Amino acid sequence: MKMRKTIDPFFWLTLVCSSVVVAFILIPLIQMTAQPSFQDLKEALQDRDVRRSIWLSIYTSGLAAFISVAIGTPFAYLLARKKFPGKKIVESIVDLPIMIPHPVIGIAILGLAGKNHWIGNLMQQIGIHIMGTVTGIVAVLTFVGLPFYVNTVKAGFEAVPVRLENVSRSLGASAAGTLLRVTFPLAWRSMLAGLIMCCARAISEFGAVVIVAYHPMIAPVMIYERFTAHGLKYSQPVAVWLILVCLVLFLLLRIFSLPKDNQT
Amino acid sequence: MIEIETLRIELPGFALQDIELSIQDEEFFTLLGPTGAGKTLVLEAIAGIVPITSGRIRVKGRDITDLPPEQRGIGIVYQDYALFPHLSVLENITYGLRYHKTDSHSSGQWVKWLMERLGLHPLARRSIYHLSGGEKQRVALARALAVNPSVLLLDEPLSALDPNFREEIRDVLKKLHQEVGITFLMVTHDFAEVLFLGQRTAILNRGIIEQVGPVSEVFQRPATPFAAEFVGMKNVFPAVFKETRAMVDDLELHLQDPPESHKRYVAIRAEDIVIEKEKLSGNGLNVFQGKVLEVIDRGLYHEVSVSAGKIIFRAILTKSALFEIKLREGKEVHIAIRSSAIHVF
Repeated sequence: MKMRKTIDPFFWLTLVCSSVVVAFILIPLIQMTAQPSFQDLKEALQDRDVRRSIWLSIYTSGLAAFISVAIGTPFAYLLARKKFPGKKIVESIVDLPIMIPHPVIGIAILGLAGKNHWIGNLMQQIGIHIMGTVTGIVAVLTFVGLPFYVNTVKAGFEAVPVRLENVSRSLGASAAGTLLRVTFPLAWRSMLAGLIMCCARAISEFGAVVIVAYHPMIAPVMIYERFTAHGLKYSQPVAVWLILVCLVLFLLLRIFSLPKDNQT
Repeated sequence: MIEIETLRIELPGFALQDIELSIQDEEFFTLLGPTGAGKTLVLEAIAGIVPITSGRIRVKGRDITDLPPEQRGIGIVYQDYALFPHLSVLENITYGLRYHKTDSHSSGQWVKWLMERLGLHPLARRSIYHLSGGEKQRVALARALAVNPSVLLLDEPLSALDPNFREEIRDVLKKLHQEVGITFLMVTHDFAEVLFLGQRTAILNRGIIEQVGPVSEVFQRPATPFAAEFVGMKNVFPAVFKETRAMVDDLELHLQDPPESHKRYVAIRAEDIVIEKEKLSGNGLNVFQGKVLEVIDRGLYHEVSVSAGKIIFRAILTKSALFEIKLREGKEVHIAIRSSAIHVF
């Protein structure tokens, strides 16, 4: 006798919703990627300004990600391991850059770095300029990317049982030695994932950068400029190249951070 | 020797209160208590993992209270093994060697001996993901002992194991302790483990030590109602004493000796209460008539509750004894308790 399969309406609901979400993301991107001709793409890539802007996007985002690793890792460890008064407030502060409209971030940083503020004055005296500089772009990208790194790595540290660290200390390793020999080797995938998230967020940033540094032009600003000055057709090839470069970079990083089978 | 003086740890909603312990060199000491009593906290305070509020801890005369964990020379083994998952068995065991300045030949020999003793040589290159629970615990033991600590702390090392492995590791612990000459301090909630392994024990309840002493003494002469119940005395009653008599509510129990004036309780082991159909008689025997309230099947034995006057006694019977006297709920029976089986505290 054949068993009749029951159809769960909830299963169909999830299937339909999932299809809508995937289509909603993919269709505009595929449409845009397919729009420019091969000739358009070739010409865009031959344009020195385009190459420079894409490189600047990658370079500044990478730099922002590495700054986040350097200052965000100890901070994420502190949040993952220690209890202290006001911890919830500190965690909320970390999330602020995710919530604030991005032009506001640009304006805030510019306000701080201007001549009217003592910090801005001090920075200019030691030769750090924010307005219209690569330093400015990196500062803004670090600001928007840092929360993604800190939150991802914090979750990674929390997943490492504190007892492993206790045992390491009892065996003679210092706190720093334990971090290097136990915590980092077990949390490095989270650190890499955090780095990717931070980099991805930074490379897609437009609103804050356009306030702080219209020039030198990062790729999103150049796409915007070409769109407003020359229209959709002229901006699309640059956008396609940016998408492709990002895709390759993130795929590579994802492949390196995939867990080994025997460790699952 | 480990000396703990007025150790106090205050946490939100819990406090370890003025813990005083003295543990001899090469002793197998057990800290016994229910879940939430603060046993692991005592262990982690000795290891330097949790900050203490006040008190001093000395090991072999050296005050280690303010030292970080890595300078205390104290090993710890957790019930969930806490092996480093990114390292092989051998790498786990040799993890701590680089921090201890001994000549590499003797430490190599020591590790080799430990691995041989614990049967770990065939597993040396294995990933810890492919080990059984018993093997993992043996690796954890070897790793902690490899650095030759002055004290080994064991946090319920048998709790997470299957019954087969539990017996195996229990035997391993006993033999290792006899061979390595290191002080073992084990926390557990299982008195059977204490009976098998411990030389002396302390009973901890809600952050307070209720009793410290040789295991046999704590087993036979518990000092508080909690200790009595924890070591398996199922019948603990407040009593009023007069010469060699103890009044437990409306029952009069005859004791072997007159108790000291500060005694307040009597305790009787369930296995020391005899249940019979006919009235027993004899010298030094307390005999009461009672009614069976409940018979609970505990697998290998039955637990029987019998009311006598206003008191409910709990006794245990083997399956065959139960069938022999045809015991069932509501049946009238006689219970007999030897005077010498009544513990007074």
